[in-house]
Amino acid sequence: MGSLLEVENLCVDYITENGYVRAVDSVSFVIEEGKSLGLAGESGCGKSTIAYSLMRLHRPPALITNGKIKMDGKDILSLSEKELQKFRWKKISMVFQSAMNCLNPVVTLEKQFFELYKTHGITKNKKESRKMAEELLKIVGIPPERLKDYPHQLSGGMRQRAVIAMALALKPRLLILDEPTTALDTVVQRDILQKIYELKEQFNFSILFITHDISLMMEFCDTVAIMYAGKLVEQAPSMKILKNPHHPYAYGLKNSFPSLQGEIKYMEGIPGIPLDLNCIPKGCRFQDRCFKVTKICFEEEPGRSSRDGGFFYCHNPLELVKEI
Amino acid sequence: MEAQEIKKPIFSVKNVTMDFKVARKGFLAKKSTIRALNDISFDLYPGEALAIVGESGCGKSTICRIAMRFYEPTSGKMFFNNENIHELKGEKLKQYRQKSQMIFQDPFSSLNPLYNIYYHLKRPLELYHPSDKETMYKKMDEYLTMVGLTPPKEQGEKFPHQLSGGQKQRAYIARVLAVGADVIFADEPTSMLDVSIRLGVLNLLNKLKRDLKKSFIYITHDIATARYFADRIIVLYAGHMVEWGDVDKVICNPKHPYTKLLIAAAPDPEREGKIDLPVIRDEDTEIRQWTPDSKGCPFRTRCPEAKEICARECPEPREVEAGQFIRCIHG
Repeated sequence: MGSLLEVENLCVDYITENGYVRAVDSVSFVIEEGKSLGLAGESGCGKSTIAYSLMRLHRPPALITNGKIKMDGKDILSLSEKELQKFRWKKISMVFQSAMNCLNPVVTLEKQFFELYKTHGITKNKKESRKMAEELLKIVGIPPERLKDYPHQLSGGMRQRAVIAMALALKPRLLILDEPTTALDTVVQRDILQKIYELKEQFNFSILFITHDISLMMEFCDTVAIMYAGKLVEQAPSMKILKNPHHPYAYGLKNSFPSLQGEIKYMEGIPGIPLDLNCIPKGCRFQDRCFKVTKICFEEEPGRSSRDGGFFYCHNPLELVKEI
Repeated sequence: MEAQEIKKPIFSVKNVTMDFKVARKGFLAKKSTIRALNDISFDLYPGEALAIVGESGCGKSTICRIAMRFYEPTSGKMFFNNENIHELKGEKLKQYRQKSQMIFQDPFSSLNPLYNIYYHLKRPLELYHPSDKETMYKKMDEYLTMVGLTPPKEQGEKFPHQLSGGQKQRAYIARVLAVGADVIFADEPTSMLDVSIRLGVLNLLNKLKRDLKKSFIYITHDIATARYFADRIIVLYAGHMVEWGDVDKVICNPKHPYTKLLIAAAPDPEREGKIDLPVIRDEDTEIRQWTPDSKGCPFRTRCPEAKEICARECPEPREVEAGQFIRCIHG
């Protein structure tokens, strides 16, 4: 299988009163065809900023200042406005956190589907569009007669499913899920995620899954990348990162979720507060909160080291973590 | 359990039922009634945390709101130290307001942005524990240190916008301590916080429970943190208590089909492969609305084991194991 999307040294800056703030700093990753990549990290670490730059949704004050994004060998960053319109949704589509904000509240679902098909030149016939939309709603588990409803008449879970149906309407190659289920209950959340992964098998698209719920991600993604303060700190296959995280931050994140099985242990979480991107320290960005910090961490930025099926950036990696 | 029987409950709820009137579609249409809570009873002992879990709309927060006297229950009573909280007046009411406090979900809107943290702590101290300026500041510094906002002199001078979400929640907890609350109603206190911060706040609440013998009602939809923090748990479905008891017994060995479903749905990376949710798929997987006329078990439409009798009557509570109760004919 080849790689579908390649991101190389991506940098995104926000222009503020105090100069540039680099929200994403030389991030590189690859998503392979039919695979899913999870992007984890706390709020403000740049997860969503990456997703937005893949779709070229950034508007000033956000600027993509460096890097390459290639999909199927084509450079996304050099697309013109017109090409972009065709590219978005057809190649990459996105499901946002709040479904109510993506659906137009004064237009029925049927019409929203029709507009989608019309703009992308699939069909201009209302009956035909209706048929296709019904088909899609059936796939995500909404009764087709709800097509006549307005968004507010649907429940939270249904709205999110309707948005997923819309995201799949043009059979995209990559689906970006930006915290798709954070606002939903656990039962509905699992229901929807299982549905998405069934569909992934069926249509063979790739997934970029963004969330801060790392336990959910471990369960659903093939590969997991962990971000801290705008940088990727570790990437590896999910089972390997779960069993044997190398970066102390990855270890801390994993240990922030109490388990449902086994004994209740005292858990520490991660001490301190997230890094302020306005004042980035010299050396490693995680220095203030790290429990394995040594002198070199304050002086030098750690380089890239490889591990089984991935890589990490740390001077003092955890070699093997007991008690799993 | 035996040790608890000797202890006196600090807060108890007896058969509380709450109805809400809601307007229907159309101008002249009659109002309909929704039963948000049905026959809720529980006791809370000093130094104990009781978790209430359930999906959104199941009535978790309504319990808090009744306890805070926002609403009066349709029937049933709530007691604080053996006094009905909805009949308190004058000095007693002031005392109750002091002893019971809430922690809200959103720390960004629960602090006044125009005043610094010291101000938030000073107000309740002036009201409930008046003393001279020096002791007051000493006390405030003590509370700030207790919740982990150090150095207190520096943090106390800060305004809410200068603190991160977790720090704000800690500042709010310091305020609750300053009031002198014994029963703390924590309504999703950690769900707005970052994952890495969340556990720190939970550990803080745990410390207050252990060292200061505060009692907590911990409302959440995250069953894993409920297990981490609470001693006992109540699982709520459509305003009904469907399963309750010892937190370890309920979570490790759930008996009610809904509890089983909740636990199966919780993310757990250690689990391998796909799991089948033990549930019958509804038209929509949302909660059913309960009205005073509804009959039977509230979960029956989604229950894989539902029988004909489930539609006729709501099962009475029974003890399946020592310290674990369910309202279900199965299990």
